[in-house]
Amino acid sequence: MTATQPIRVTVNGRRRDLDVAVHHTLLDVLRDDLALTGTKECCLVGECGACTVIVDGRTVDSCLVLAVEADGTEIITVEGLAVDGRLSPLQQAFLDTGAVQCGFCIPGQLLSGTALLAENPHPTIPEIQEGLAGNLCRCAGYQQITEAVLAAAEAAQAGPTEVER
Amino acid sequence: MSRHAIGGSPARVGGLDRVTGGQQYVADIHVADVLHAKLVTLDCARARIISIDTSAARQVPGVRLVMTAADLPQPVPRFGPQFEDRPILAVGETKYHGEAVAAVAADTKDAAERAAALVKVEHEELPAVFTIAAALDPAAPLVQDPALRPGDPLAGTNVLREHHFGWGDVDALAASADLVVEGTWTFPMVTHFAIEPHAFMAAPDGDGIAVWSSIQHPNWLQKILAKILRMPLSKVRVFAPDPGGGFGGKQHVKLEPLVAFMALRVGRPVRLVLTLEETFQAVRRNSTEIHVRSGFRADGTLVFRDIESSYLLGAYADIADRTVTKGSYAAVGPYRVPAARVVARSILSHTTPSTAFRGFGNPQPIWAVESSMDEAARVLGIDPLELRLRNLARRGEEIIPGDTPADGDWAQSARKAADLIGWGMPLAAGRGRGIAFGIKSGPTTGLSYSTVRLLADGSVIVYAGTSDMGQGARTVFAQIAAQELGAPIDWISVVMGDTAVVPYDQQTSASRSTVLMGNSVLAACREVQSKVRAMASRVHGVDEALIVVENGVVRLPDRELPIVDVLGPGLGRLGGELIGNGEMRKEAEPGHPLGGSAAFYEFNCTAVEAEVDEGTGDIVLVRYVTVSDVGKALNPAQVRSQDEGAAVQGLGHTLMEHYIYDEKGRIRNLGAIDYRIPTSMDLPLEFLSETVENADGPGPYGAKGMSEGALLCVAPAVAAAVRDATGVVIRDLPLTPERVWQALQERGTGEHEGG
Repeated sequence: MTATQPIRVTVNGRRRDLDVAVHHTLLDVLRDDLALTGTKECCLVGECGACTVIVDGRTVDSCLVLAVEADGTEIITVEGLAVDGRLSPLQQAFLDTGAVQCGFCIPGQLLSGTALLAENPHPTIPEIQEGLAGNLCRCAGYQQITEAVLAAAEAAQAGPTEVER
Repeated sequence: MSRHAIGGSPARVGGLDRVTGGQQYVADIHVADVLHAKLVTLDCARARIISIDTSAARQVPGVRLVMTAADLPQPVPRFGPQFEDRPILAVGETKYHGEAVAAVAADTKDAAERAAALVKVEHEELPAVFTIAAALDPAAPLVQDPALRPGDPLAGTNVLREHHFGWGDVDALAASADLVVEGTWTFPMVTHFAIEPHAFMAAPDGDGIAVWSSIQHPNWLQKILAKILRMPLSKVRVFAPDPGGGFGGKQHVKLEPLVAFMALRVGRPVRLVLTLEETFQAVRRNSTEIHVRSGFRADGTLVFRDIESSYLLGAYADIADRTVTKGSYAAVGPYRVPAARVVARSILSHTTPSTAFRGFGNPQPIWAVESSMDEAARVLGIDPLELRLRNLARRGEEIIPGDTPADGDWAQSARKAADLIGWGMPLAAGRGRGIAFGIKSGPTTGLSYSTVRLLADGSVIVYAGTSDMGQGARTVFAQIAAQELGAPIDWISVVMGDTAVVPYDQQTSASRSTVLMGNSVLAACREVQSKVRAMASRVHGVDEALIVVENGVVRLPDRELPIVDVLGPGLGRLGGELIGNGEMRKEAEPGHPLGGSAAFYEFNCTAVEAEVDEGTGDIVLVRYVTVSDVGKALNPAQVRSQDEGAAVQGLGHTLMEHYIYDEKGRIRNLGAIDYRIPTSMDLPLEFLSETVENADGPGPYGAKGMSEGALLCVAPAVAAAVRDATGVVIRDLPLTPERVWQALQERGTGEHEGG
C-alpha cells in the first residue's frame, strides 16, 4: 500500500486539504490530484523549468519538491496569474511581444518572470536573462521573452523608464 | 482589419490558452478509466531476448496488462514512413538502447512503473555498432536482417542506401582548377529536445479506435494505424493536439501502434507519456562525416565540387534516409557549379533511430561546404563574402540542373547581413567575423485540403490539417481568412488536429504550411468570395460581372459593402452559411531524383562577430545577424520568432550539443543535466534578425516557406568568426570550450592551420 499523509496548501488562493502519497512530488499532485495541468512536466531533474511554480513567494521546480514538503505553503501556478479573468501585465506582455510559440515552457517562464518582477521591478536585460536562465525554451524565443518581461516592467511603472536597452 | 490581416502581427491564435495554462497538450488530456503505460527496456543497445517473465509484474495491484511481442499479431507488424522496418515491440533482439521489449498498463503511474521494473527479461548482449567506422567494418554485425531487404544488393551491409547525384565531368574539370581545397568535417549527433516529451494515448471508439498523439503528421499516422490494425481509415480517428515543439522529431509514427494494440487488448484507454530520457532515446539527428573537395579558378570562380558524406542513422530508418537524399542533393550550395559529384550513404547502427530535424539533412553538408569556401578564400586571398557573391546564383539561374532555378535576389540578403554585421569595418583586437550562406529546397510534393465556413454573422471557421507546433500556422491561416473575408481575427476559429473533422493534409514539414496549406486556405476563401459575389448579384440585382469581392468587401458599381452586409439578406430567413473548399497540390515528377522539384528555396545569410576567451576556449558571440529571404512576411512577429529560434537552435549544435555514447551503446549524457541546450544566457550579446521581402514566393501574397533557413549555416559562420579571431580552424562540432581551448594550445604547431 502506498503511504499517504494529509497536507493543507493554498493553491491560487484556494485552500486545499489533500491526502497525498508521500513519494509524490508537488508536480504530481498539482497535475494529477488537482488537475492543474498548466504546470508542465519535462525533465524531472530540475533543469528545464517547465514545472516552475511559486511557493511562498519563491520559485521552485515542482518536480524537485515533495508534496508533503509543501504542507502549509501558499502556491501560485499559471492558472492563478490572471485575476477575475484579467491577464496579469506579464501574461499580456507575452502575447503582445510574440513571446509565446509552442507554449509548453510558457507557464514556467511566466512564473519565473512574475517572481523576478516582484523582487526586482525594474530589471535590466542581463538581470532578466539570468532570472529566466532556468527556464528552457526550445523554440528559443528568449529575446522576445526578455522583451515581454521588460514590457511588463515598463507597464507597471508610472514614470519614464530607466530600463537599459 | 490592418493589424489582423496580412503583414500585421496580431496576437497568436491560441496564445491566450498558452499564457493561462489552458492549452491542452496530449499529456494534459484526461479521459475516464484511463490506464497508464510504462515501457520495459534493457540496459544495453543490442541483445538477444531469451525469455520474458511477466509473472511478478502481473502480481502488482492495479496492473491490467503486460504486453510482449508474443501478444501481438504474428509476424509482428512493422512500420515506417520509408521502409517498413520497425516492429511494434522488439522481436528477437533489441537494436538500440531504449527499444521497448514489453509494456505495462496499470491503473496508476506508480503501479505501471513498479510492474515495469519487475518484468524479467533474460537476454544476452550482442556485438553492436555505434559509429560510422564500426558500422562499415566488413566484419560488423548487421543491424537489419537481410531478409527484410529482399533484392537489395546492399542487404549484406549496414549501408541502407547509397545516393549519387551530380552533373558535369568533375575529373576533367579538376585538372583546370587553379586551387583545390579539401577536408573532412564532422557534425554531431544531436536531439530535438522539444520541451514537451512525446505523449500518446489510445482508446477503443465504437468499432474503431481513437488515438491521441503529439504528432506533426496526423494523416500519416492514421494511414499507418489503419493498415496495421486492418481498419478502414474512417474508423481510425487521430487527435493531434498542438505539439509542445516538434522540430521534425514528431513527424513520424513512434509508439502509437503499441499504445493502440494495448488499448484494444484491454478495452480501455491507455496513455503513454515518455520521460525526457525516453524521448532522447526516441529521436535524434543524423551525425555526419562530410568530405569536400572544391575547385576554384584564381579569380575565385567555382570549378567543381566533389562531396562524399556518411550519415549515421539509427537502428530503424524512420525518415532519415530521406534527409540524406534531400540534404546531399542540394549540398553544392546556392552557387553556380559547373560540375558536381555527390555521394551520400545512409548507414545503419545500433543507436537511437535518427529522423527529421529542422534543416532536414542540410545543415551537415552546409557546415562542410561553407567552411571549405572560407578555406578557399584564405588561400586565394579573396574576401570570403566576395568569393561567395562571385559564385552566388542570380535569380533565374540554375543551381541544380533540371531543378527549380534560383527564386530570389539572394545577394540582397547577403548584403543586408554584411551591412548589419559591419563587414569590412575595423575590428576590435581579439575579435573576428564570419559569414555563411545556407540554402534548403522546400517540399518536393504536397497535398493540402482545407475548408472555410463563413457563418451567418460574418465569423469564420477554417479547417486545416496542419499541426501548429509553435510556428503559428493557426494565426497565419486566420490572417488569410481575415484578409479575404473581412472578419476580425478574434472572430475566426481554426480547427486542426482531428482526422474525423479536418480534411486531409499530407504533412507539416519542410516549412511548407504557409505556402501549401496557406494557398489551400486562400483558395477556399476565394471560393467563398465567389459565392458572396453570386449572392450580392441576387440580392442587389446587379450583374455578377460588375461585382468584385476582395479584401473582405463587396464592390458594387455604386458602392462598397462589408461582406457581412451582403451575407445577412443573402442567407435569408433560414440562415445558413457559405462553404468554400481549397486544394493545393504539388504533384510528383517522375524521374526527378527527389521525386519532385523544389517548391521554393529557403535562403539565409548568417553573419557573426565573435571573441574567444583564450584562457577557457569560450566563444562570446558579440554580434549575430541572421537574414532570411521569406518572400513576404505574412506575420512579421512570427517570422522573427522562427528565425531567431532557428538561429539559437543552430547555436546548440554549433557550440554545445552532442550525444556521447558509452561502450554499450548507451547515451551517457542522457537527460537535461548533462545534455546542454541554449538558455537565455547563451544569446548573442547583440542579436539581429532581418528579412528580405520581394513578394516573389509561390505562397499566398508572395510568401516563401521559412523556419528552417536560419539554422542552416550557423555553424560555418561561427567557426569562420572563431578562425578570424584566433587563427584556428576547427572541423568538428560542437565548438565546445574544451575543443576550442585544445585547438588554441595546438595553434602554431601546424595541427590546426590551413587546408
